[in-house]
Amino acid sequence: MLTRRNLLSAFAAVALASTAASPAFAEYPDRPIQMVVPWGAGGGSDAVARIIASLMEKELGQPIAVINKTGGSGAVGHQAIAGAKPDGYTIGMITMEVTTMHWVGFSQLKSTDFVPFGQVNFDPAAVTVRADAPYKTVGEFIEAVKAEPGKYKSSGGGAGAVSHIGIAGLMKAAGLAPDSAPWVTMDSAATAQQELVAGGVEVVGSSLGETRALTEAGKVRPLAVMADERLPGFDDVQTVKEASGVDWSYATWRGFAGPVGMPDEAIAKLSAALEKAYNSQEFADFMKNRGFGMKWRNGADFAAFMVEADIVNGAILKDLGLAK
Amino acid sequence: MLDAYLLAFEMVFNPYVLGVMLLSGVYGLVIGCIPGLSATMAIALLVPLTFFMPPIPAIAAIVTTSAMAIFSGDIPGCLLRIPGTPASAAYVDEAHQMNVKGHPERALGIGLVFSVIGGLFGALVLMLAAPALADFALHFSSVEFFWLVLLGLGGAVFIGARRPVKAVLMLLVGLSIALVGMQNPAGLPRFTFGSVDLLSGFSLIPVMVGMFAVSEVLRSIIRPEAVRAPNVGGIDGIFRGMWGLAKKYPWPLARGSVLGTIIGALPGAGADIAAWMSYAMSKRFSKEPEKFGTGHPEGLVEAGASNNSALGGTWIPALVFGIPGDSITAIAIGVLYMKNLNPGPTIFIHAPQNVYAIFLIFLLANLLMIPLGWAIIKTARHVLKVPRRVLMPIILLFAMVGAYAINNNLFDVLIMLAFGLFGFFLEENEFPVAPIILGIVLGPMLENNFVASMIKADGSFIGFIDRPIAAVLAALTIAIVLWSVVSAFRRKGEEAAEGHVSEQL
Repeated sequence: MLTRRNLLSAFAAVALASTAASPAFAEYPDRPIQMVVPWGAGGGSDAVARIIASLMEKELGQPIAVINKTGGSGAVGHQAIAGAKPDGYTIGMITMEVTTMHWVGFSQLKSTDFVPFGQVNFDPAAVTVRADAPYKTVGEFIEAVKAEPGKYKSSGGGAGAVSHIGIAGLMKAAGLAPDSAPWVTMDSAATAQQELVAGGVEVVGSSLGETRALTEAGKVRPLAVMADERLPGFDDVQTVKEASGVDWSYATWRGFAGPVGMPDEAIAKLSAALEKAYNSQEFADFMKNRGFGMKWRNGADFAAFMVEADIVNGAILKDLGLAK
Repeated sequence: MLDAYLLAFEMVFNPYVLGVMLLSGVYGLVIGCIPGLSATMAIALLVPLTFFMPPIPAIAAIVTTSAMAIFSGDIPGCLLRIPGTPASAAYVDEAHQMNVKGHPERALGIGLVFSVIGGLFGALVLMLAAPALADFALHFSSVEFFWLVLLGLGGAVFIGARRPVKAVLMLLVGLSIALVGMQNPAGLPRFTFGSVDLLSGFSLIPVMVGMFAVSEVLRSIIRPEAVRAPNVGGIDGIFRGMWGLAKKYPWPLARGSVLGTIIGALPGAGADIAAWMSYAMSKRFSKEPEKFGTGHPEGLVEAGASNNSALGGTWIPALVFGIPGDSITAIAIGVLYMKNLNPGPTIFIHAPQNVYAIFLIFLLANLLMIPLGWAIIKTARHVLKVPRRVLMPIILLFAMVGAYAINNNLFDVLIMLAFGLFGFFLEENEFPVAPIILGIVLGPMLENNFVASMIKADGSFIGFIDRPIAAVLAALTIAIVLWSVVSAFRRKGEEAAEGHVSEQL
């Protein structure tokens, strides 16, 4: 019979058991892990995080709960990861914005406030125009902008988005003012594409994966991709350099990290599990299916890459007048 | 297109989706049957659950619940003379009179059968109109969207509302709430008072759950309504004579379905307004208007079909433009965004199979209504006996858990409770809350499109009217506002001349 005393002793037993199983004694991980995603459920970042979480679960033998903490252009979620208790039980996805948001004043956070486990994705920005646009190559487009600076409007999302920096950087690399194709702020990459099709703007900087459906529907046409080499799956799209001679590449990226101060054992296990997840066939199929680019950097390389990206982005944002 | 439909079939006809539809059907019928609990509230409480589902079952849950709840609201209307949802309010007397005359099965049968027919009609219009409209809407830039949003907001407060001044006021409250946070074109924090929680603004779901569920809980505490158990025996022969009615009243049936779909498609007006207008229309065009209000089937046929067909209609602007037709689709749009099914003309290109799956769900939900509706009519007596003091705490609990689950954030629970109190005071003073929801949903869209249009036109206002579609939409918007203002003044003038001022504005 369940008396009050029985209940109390049951509680005591549970309490004892959980102290005995504290992380100091048991092998990491011995309880579920939280994975914070700074972007909304259902978006691209969320989808990548969820598949990685499901694959890492298998490696670690503990469930990983994906939690979306959105807001502040990613600042809220990134803060939740960096500010979490560094016990290895709260980790998260970090995205390219971690190297821009402190420049634009959304947050104080920098990439050095995280311990990265690895990078899994890399999506170059591209130059895409309406299907019936007169220019055939990105070189012709740049010439058109040069002839009438300010006439051709660009978009691809909010101010400071990947495509914004990508297009402004392209203009600068071509020897023009960064705002020669003025940026029209839209609330998402999807609305920017609608705007492009409707004739509201002349060019968008979204990635090839994002514009793929409209390209296949014959509504838009990618001119070039801002990458060093052509992308697998998009072999007929030239790079900016081969099409115009302008040396410029720019991309967004995603990786996984935890707060500074985690135990070494946790970092090692999480990094190994992430690398295994990255190398799985399931992940490769998923990324190909969604049109996302794959790129692996281990924790140390990813950290170094982010420091470098931070400096580059800072310079561009200052040029654009977006940095504070 | 055929491939996409086959894919859609696969997505809908699997045990998981069908199971979700069955459960949400029962849930919608029960909530709709209980007086005071509206279809909107049923959906608001459901959203946190859909969070854990893939996109298609999530949408299936919402569509099925709303269709069932709107029909089910007819049941207490007939048995108790209390409409289960506002959508049944228009013809509650008529249905109750039929019950008094000893024919509850006839009133409920009409409710069920003609709800299904109206619902199927609305779904078919959605299937045919939405893709065609989407093709056209690909030509819409930020300027056209700006006018469309303004037209929707104007239409909602000037056409849909019974008290336009209060509705305008509430719309402005909603637009102001939408200002909070940094989800604006400049990405600058506004009205956040340094709070990290307010950076992303007020989430729609906690606000809605507060306004529609918590306020209802408060009302039931302050005014405990003793719901009597209806004294009817077993209700048999629900489907008897329905074929005869359909043959006798083909015009009212067609008129109700068409008008309902059109009203549903207008932003801001949904099933409840459709039912009121259709009932009035039925009486006006009837050969025997004197029989209305005495338990006459004609108005029930027309209005019963109308409120369910409105449901399909509300999804047309929701899917094609991302502009909600009523407060249920306002929530549904939020769910679509969360599931990465961003509504707008391009969804028909990006993911046509998802759109077709939604169409199929509409058809299926309405067919599912026949067996499930029959079952709820049979058991309605027992459902109506569930005591309020048991029901309301459960609803509050669901509301709290749901609000927390959206962002795993306690702050959202506080938001929900605060808006619950706010909504309660507004409704007690006869301020409509639906315009607030429209303001919150459409506010960012209005601002984003305005700012984008200004940037594109280098700051010139000419950019707002120099494209043909934009000019037409602009003229329409201005005409609606002018017409409402002029007619309001004229009415006031007439009333003053007659020496009394109506309180019923």
